[in-house]
Amino acid sequence: MSQSGILVFVEHRNGQLRKASIEALSEAKRRAQGQKVTALLVGSGVKGLAAEVGKYGPDNVLVADSDALSSYSTEAFTQATAEAVKKVDPRFVFAAHTSMAKDFIPRVAARLDAPCVSDVMALQQDGDNISPVRPMYSGKCWGVYEITAPLAFITLRPNVFAVGEANGSGATIEDLAVSTDKIRAKVVAVHASEGAKIELSEAAIIVAGGRGIKGPENWPVLQSLCDALGAALGASRAVVDAGWIDHQFQVGQTGKTVSPQLYFACGISGAIQHLAGMSSSKVIVAINKDPDAPIFKFANYGIVGDVLEVVPKLTSEVRKLHEHN
Amino acid sequence: MKIAVCVKAVPDTETKIAISADKKNIDYTGVRFITSPYDEFAIEEALKLKEKHTGDTTVISLGGAECTDVLRDSLARGIDAAVHLSDPDFASLDTLSTAKVLAAAIKDGGYDLVLCGHQAAGGDNSQVPAMLAELLDWAQTTMVLKLEVEGTTFKAEREIEGAHESVEGTLPAVISTQKGLNEPRYPGIKGVMAARRKEIAVKDATALGVKGAVGGDQLKVRIKEMMLPPDRPQGRKIEGDMDAQVKELVSLLHSEAHVL
Ligand SMILES: Cc1cc2nc3c(=O)[nH]c(=O)nc-3n(C[C@H](O)[C@H](O)[C@H](O)COP(=O)(O)OP(=O)(O)OC[C@H]3O[C@@H](n4cnc5c(N)ncnc54)[C@H](O)[C@@H]3O)c2cc1C
Ligand SMILES: Nc1ncnc2c1ncn2[C@@H]1O[C@H](COP(=O)(O)O)[C@@H](O)[C@H]1O
Repeated sequence: MSQSGILVFVEHRNGQLRKASIEALSEAKRRAQGQKVTALLVGSGVKGLAAEVGKYGPDNVLVADSDALSSYSTEAFTQATAEAVKKVDPRFVFAAHTSMAKDFIPRVAARLDAPCVSDVMALQQDGDNISPVRPMYSGKCWGVYEITAPLAFITLRPNVFAVGEANGSGATIEDLAVSTDKIRAKVVAVHASEGAKIELSEAAIIVAGGRGIKGPENWPVLQSLCDALGAALGASRAVVDAGWIDHQFQVGQTGKTVSPQLYFACGISGAIQHLAGMSSSKVIVAINKDPDAPIFKFANYGIVGDVLEVVPKLTSEVRKLHEHN
Repeated sequence: MKIAVCVKAVPDTETKIAISADKKNIDYTGVRFITSPYDEFAIEEALKLKEKHTGDTTVISLGGAECTDVLRDSLARGIDAAVHLSDPDFASLDTLSTAKVLAAAIKDGGYDLVLCGHQAAGGDNSQVPAMLAELLDWAQTTMVLKLEVEGTTFKAEREIEGAHESVEGTLPAVISTQKGLNEPRYPGIKGVMAARRKEIAVKDATALGVKGAVGGDQLKVRIKEMMLPPDRPQGRKIEGDMDAQVKELVSLLHSEAHVL
C-alpha cells in the first residue's frame, strides 16, 4: 500500500493539549483530502486526553502511554513517533513548531531517512503533494519547498493555522506499544519560569517594551496594559542585554519568534533583528516618540509620543472598551 | 575531552535580502558572511569546557569558500583545529544531507561531544543537531542555557515555553546552544595572527565516503521558489491630542482591525 494520510504529533503539558498542536491537527484535517488523519499522544496517564483530541476530527488516536514516558526524553519520543509512522505509513507527519518538536522531530526524520521542513507558515496544495511555505532569513524572505520524498515531516508555526471546530466524535482510540530501553538523556525536572504569566510564543496579544521605557522600574506600566488585554509581555534585546528583564521575554532573531494577532511595540526602534521575531504579527502598533523610528514603516497603526504617557491612557481605554462589551 | 563544534557561515544578519534571478536562492552579490550567531555560543562553550577539563577542540564547517574566514575566526578565538567540508556536490544541501556529511566527518574522530548552534541564521531550520545525533546514534539535547560535563555524563538546562527543563545524559552527545549560555569572547589580535598561520584541513565527498550519497538526486526537499514577503499594509500614524489619539487607536483596533 502506498503512503497516505497525515500523522499528527499532539503535545500536551500539565494535562492539557497544547493549542499549537490543535492548530496542527486542524490543519491536517483540512489538508487530508479524504485520507486518514491519525493523532499521536505520547506520555504517561494520557489516555484521558484521547477523547479531547478526538473532538478535532482525527480518524484514529494512537496513545503511547507508559511510565517510562512520564518525562520527556528525545529518544523515547523519537521511538514512539517512529513506531507510529511504521504502523500508519503516512505521507506526512505534522507537529507544532515548539521547543519539544524542534528537539525530536528532526531526529525521527533522520531515523526514517525522511526530510523535515520546519516553522511552516502556509501550505500550498499541489495535486496530492503539499508545498510548505516558510520564512527564511528571519522572515526577510519566504521559501516555497518542493518535497520529493514519499514521507515528509512538517512543523507548523504556532498561532498561524486556525483551530477547527471541536465537534468530532468518531475517532477510534488505539494503544501503541513503544520500547523505551535505549534512553541516554532525559528530562529529570521541569521548573516553571518566574514572571511569565502568559507564554509569549502562544499569546494572541503581546505588549513589548524597548529602551524607550526608560528603565526596569517601568515594567508595571506595560504589565497593566498586558493585564487589561490578557496579553503577554515581550522585550527587545537592548533591554534584555541591559539586564532589565530575563532573556525568556526577548523577541527577535536571537529571541522568540511570535505571530500574535496584535503586537504593541512600545519604545522599540524596529531594528531588523527585532522585526525578525515579530513581523508575521497580524496587526502591529508602534508607540515611539521619534516620528522617524523605523518601526513605523512596519506598523499598521502608530502613535508618536512618550510610552509612559500613552500606555496608561491606552490601558484605561482598553478597560473601558471591555466594560462596554 | 575531545570536542567538535559545527559552525555555519551565514550572510551577516544586517544583510538586505534580494532574490536571485532564478528565484531559487538569495542574491549573494556583495553579501558578507559571518559565523552564525548561535554558533558563537557553541564555540565559547567548547573553549570553556577545554579550559576546565583540558582537551582538544575542532571546528567543522560545511560549505563553499565563505567558510574559510569563519573557520579562521574560530581559530582566532582559541579553537585548536579547523576542518572545511567542501565539494561541488555539497551545494544547496537539505538539512538531512548536511547532517549526513557532518556525521561522516565526526563519526570516527573520537569525539566526546559535538556542540552546535540550535538554529543557523538564514535557513532558520533548527534541525541539523538532532539529525546529526541520530545519524551518530548518540544522546542529544538542544537549546541549552546551562551545561556541565563531568566524566562521561552531562547536565544541561534547556529552554521550553514558559519553563526550563533539567536534562541529564551520557556522552558522547550532540548539544545545541541557546542565547544565555555564555558570553562569547572575541578574537584578540594575537589570536588573529596565530590563526593566519594555522592550516585548515579540507575534506571532499570522496574523502568523507559520501560521494553520491548526498545532494543532487539524493535531496529529499528543495526550494522551488523564493520570494520577498508581501508588503505590510501602509501604516497610519494617528494624529490629534493624545487622549483623542488613544481613543481612536482603540476604536480602530476594535472595529477596523477586529483584534480587540
Ligand atoms: C546578531 C544580532 C542579533 C540580535 N537579536 C535581536 C533580537 O533577538 N531582538 C531584538 O530586539 N534585537 C536584537 N538585536 C539588536 C537590535 O539590533 C537592536 O539593537 C535592538 O532591537 C534595539 O532595541 P530597542 O529598540 O529597545 O532600543 P533602541 O534601538 O535604543 O530604540 C529605543 C527606541 O525607543 C524610542 N524612545 C526613547 N524614549 C522613548 C519614550 N519616552 N517614549 C517612546 N519612545 C521612546 C526611541 O525613539 C527609539 O526608537 C540583535 C542584534 C544583532 C547584531
Ligand atoms: N553547513 C554547516 N556546517 C557546519 N555546521 C552546520 C551547518 N549547517 C548547520 N550546522 C550546525 O547545525 C546548527 C543548526 O542548523 P540548522 O538546523 O540548519 O538551523 C547550526 O547552528 C550549526 O551548528
